[in-house]
Amino acid sequence: MRRRIDPVALLALPAAAYLLFAYGWPLAALLVRSVHGPGGFSLAPFAAFLSDPFSWRVIGNTLSTAGLTTLVCLAVGYPAALALAWSRGIVQVVLLLSIILPLSVGVVVKAYAWQIVLRRDGIVSQALVGLGLWSEPQRLLFTETGLVIGAANVFLPFMILPIYSVIRLLDPRLRAAAATLGATPLHRFLRVTLPLTLPGIVSGIAFVFSLAVSMYVVPSLVIGDRYQTLATLTGRAFLFMRNEELGSTTAVLLLAMAVSIVVGSTALARRLGSTG
Amino acid sequence: MTAVERLTRGLVWVVAACAVVFLMAPLVVTVAVSFGSSAVFSLPPPAWSTRWYERVWASRDLWPAVLTSLRIAALSTVAALVLGTLCSIAVVRARFPGREALVTFLVSPLMLPGLVIGIAMLQGFRAIGLRDVGTSLLVAHVVITLPYVVRTVVAALSLFDFTLIDAARTLGLTYPAALLRVLVPSLAPAFLTSGLFAFLASMDNYPISIFFTDAWTKTLPIQMLQYVEERPDPTIAAISALLILLAVAALIVGDRLVGLRRLADY
Repeated sequence: MRRRIDPVALLALPAAAYLLFAYGWPLAALLVRSVHGPGGFSLAPFAAFLSDPFSWRVIGNTLSTAGLTTLVCLAVGYPAALALAWSRGIVQVVLLLSIILPLSVGVVVKAYAWQIVLRRDGIVSQALVGLGLWSEPQRLLFTETGLVIGAANVFLPFMILPIYSVIRLLDPRLRAAAATLGATPLHRFLRVTLPLTLPGIVSGIAFVFSLAVSMYVVPSLVIGDRYQTLATLTGRAFLFMRNEELGSTTAVLLLAMAVSIVVGSTALARRLGSTG
Repeated sequence: MTAVERLTRGLVWVVAACAVVFLMAPLVVTVAVSFGSSAVFSLPPPAWSTRWYERVWASRDLWPAVLTSLRIAALSTVAALVLGTLCSIAVVRARFPGREALVTFLVSPLMLPGLVIGIAMLQGFRAIGLRDVGTSLLVAHVVITLPYVVRTVVAALSLFDFTLIDAARTLGLTYPAALLRVLVPSLAPAFLTSGLFAFLASMDNYPISIFFTDAWTKTLPIQMLQYVEERPDPTIAAISALLILLAVAALIVGDRLVGLRRLADY
């Protein structure tokens, strides 16, 4: 017996066909072309790229800035998410606004603002000198520290929101039960709150890390050309160097990184969610 | 509460307060600089002035870019709302294999590096002979806006009671009319939230748009970055402040219509 296709299913067709044509197929073609040399299957461009010490410095730059950015976001974002879950009324509105408003303002605007803030005569330098922490004004612009500060600022909401959405669903009676059973506050946090919020932490880390690996606007405004990451190198290869082979190679590496982060973190969050 | 507990609670609030200052700092600084008279970004400014706004007003490069961005963002958001809603109805209502995979595919442009998507599209469009910048830009931006709509509308539809549609049909409406008169109004908050963030994402996009610009067609972020490199003065702070104002206005509308907490779930 032939099964009839549900007519409602056909409603998915326009969007699916559109995305396949405008996005799926070009992406697949990029991947195929990257492993297709003149004599058939070939990984030669990747081998050439990876045998260059400069490439390893670029990969190192990419991973270290993304890693540091993620760490800063986690250190600030976890307490912020807790505070958001604990707060009520006007305090919660202020916290929510300070997350959603920056999220609605473009990254070009924020990166430009950090260019102003991190200058030698910018407010960070002035404040640190004023507090006596720095003996003289220093420039944070065009430094790695400046890049991590700017990137952490842009991506912090993507750490806070997933953690908040998990904390919000925690049953407060669990902590009370742990307390009744004699657990110390530290013990309660490590054994109850932290494990239950781990899926949120994993997805926050995955969000921020993959965004930071592929960021382009923040480094071009805050650190400039001398410090290359995979994303800025990819952009430069296409836009300025007109070296499409190099650009395609780094683009595929970037894609591989992003896909493995997304797939890996989804699997991890699912496992944590089912055992937790 | 023990002393340790009070201390950690205090620490959490201190970090949260720092986070608020940290998150709002770039916006506050931008607005302050835009109203300063100084051309070298001194803070606090020596005197207040609106000269950078006058320069934005008189600019001949920025306004065409603003119009291009607004047009592309509006058109791509509307297209994404139509395509995305139809597809979400199919995913939630119809039974066919691979529904979850389809949703992942539709949302995936949000999770992959924009630059890589831009490059793939550039080469793909070139291969089929699509060279018109305006069309390419629009086609690319629908890919950016569609994930926002699909993600939010699928979630909202899963909570919708479809027996209401059956009831409307029993009362004499055709299926499309029932969708339009019953489903669309109850999905309005989802449309508003996803449309808002889709629009803002399109307005802000840099890494995909950069591959579909020429001397005549530039989106606002591209034009702004180019301006910063050519003339580093606070004119861009003034237009940034206007964009912040746009975001504030959008959030006020969103808060009035669906509430701030719903917006945070986007």
